[in-house]
Amino acid sequence: MTEATIEFKLNGEPVRLTVGVHETLLGVLRSRAAGPEAKSGCDRGDCGACAVAVDDVVVTSCLTLAVQVDGKRVTTVRGIGTPDRPHPLQAAFLAQGAAQCGICIPGMIMSLWGFLREHPRATRQEIREAISGNLCRCTGYRKIVDAAEAAARELAGVAS
Amino acid sequence: MLPRFEYVKARGLTDALARLGPSGGQARLLAGGTDLLVDMRERRQAPPILIDISEVRELQEIRADGDAIRIGSGVTVGAVLADAAVGRAFPALTAACRSFADYLTRNKATIGGNLANASPGADLVVPLLALEASVVLAAAQRERTVPLGEFVLGPRQTALRPGELVREIVVPRRAPAGQAYEKLGLKHGGAIAVVSTAVLVSVANGACARVRIALGAVAPRPFRAEAAERALEGRRLDAEAAERAAGLAAEAASPITDVRGSAEYRRAMVVALVRRGLHAAWGHAAAA
Repeated sequence: MTEATIEFKLNGEPVRLTVGVHETLLGVLRSRAAGPEAKSGCDRGDCGACAVAVDDVVVTSCLTLAVQVDGKRVTTVRGIGTPDRPHPLQAAFLAQGAAQCGICIPGMIMSLWGFLREHPRATRQEIREAISGNLCRCTGYRKIVDAAEAAARELAGVAS
Repeated sequence: MLPRFEYVKARGLTDALARLGPSGGQARLLAGGTDLLVDMRERRQAPPILIDISEVRELQEIRADGDAIRIGSGVTVGAVLADAAVGRAFPALTAACRSFADYLTRNKATIGGNLANASPGADLVVPLLALEASVVLAAAQRERTVPLGEFVLGPRQTALRPGELVREIVVPRRAPAGQAYEKLGLKHGGAIAVVSTAVLVSVANGACARVRIALGAVAPRPFRAEAAERALEGRRLDAEAAERAAGLAAEAASPITDVRGSAEYRRAMVVALVRRGLHAAWGHAAAA
């Protein structure tokens, strides 16, 4: 086939689209599925700005074909928390001032979201592993890691 | 943008093989896509047909029994990394998975893809060579098993015949041995190896019984330094023996000069990494 009609959930909401098989999930999210929070940085799997979760596995959406998410759940940074009820990662990034230009942040948060679900007691070194595929040109990473540590403590139920 | 292609989603292993055979070499298998789709975007490859095997269940199991651990070719590097049985039996493989690319890439890239792409520095080939792994190659009508050293033949060259795919990787359980893995790269995370080594040492009566030294990124394909291995068998690993073996390993390498380093540097680093790996593996064996 060269095109297909796909149905998937985007942050819990149903999406139905006809896509070319050559279109990436990142391209479809940004152009047609109202998901511009997934960023295009390098379009070749090196920078992590496009990271989203597909059935809870965080991947580079620039190297995922849109047809591959048919029947699946896609989660972006908009789907893990709201301004009224932010995810601990979102709250910690705000509290710590972890963002500068903000371009890397959705991907950073998704990588940390996925990693902390798998490694609830992540150490600082493990947190750095979690964002090993996410590049930031602004911050030097320290406040991002600080925020992730704070969020990890909260998620693990440890008093900070 | 990706070039145009026909897309087929394989419903299972039989379906994948039924489509792969008749494709006349026009089809490429899509598993994680972390090499293939980048190649396609940058126009190094433009296969007319992609067969998506990322949901073929038969390729996604890890089965452990008393003789071996069998890893489906479609298992992601992240899943191999997380597997406790692999971690207990083959810590060198787990270590290679930990330093493979980055967290996001590990969630998609597959062990079969790393082997089948056959990069001269293929991270997972190096420990699997030291562990004497084999690959099971499946075609529609038959299967065959090939030692990994006879599967990876050169840069981007494997023994795959038309209509064949890598079905699983078989890692045999042998007598317990100390294992060490080290990858030298220009950065931590997302690095292509400058040199990588996997060393395995089993000890009997205070001397090396079985020694395996595998090297990556310093030859057209990952390989075992067999002269270095033989030089240690039956000997106690002291500083002099380690140095001599490391030197033999460096002599067996044929590194090139490229953007990541000079041939001279790589050869010197083979000595350093093999020396370190031998001492570490010996130490692990002694502690066991």
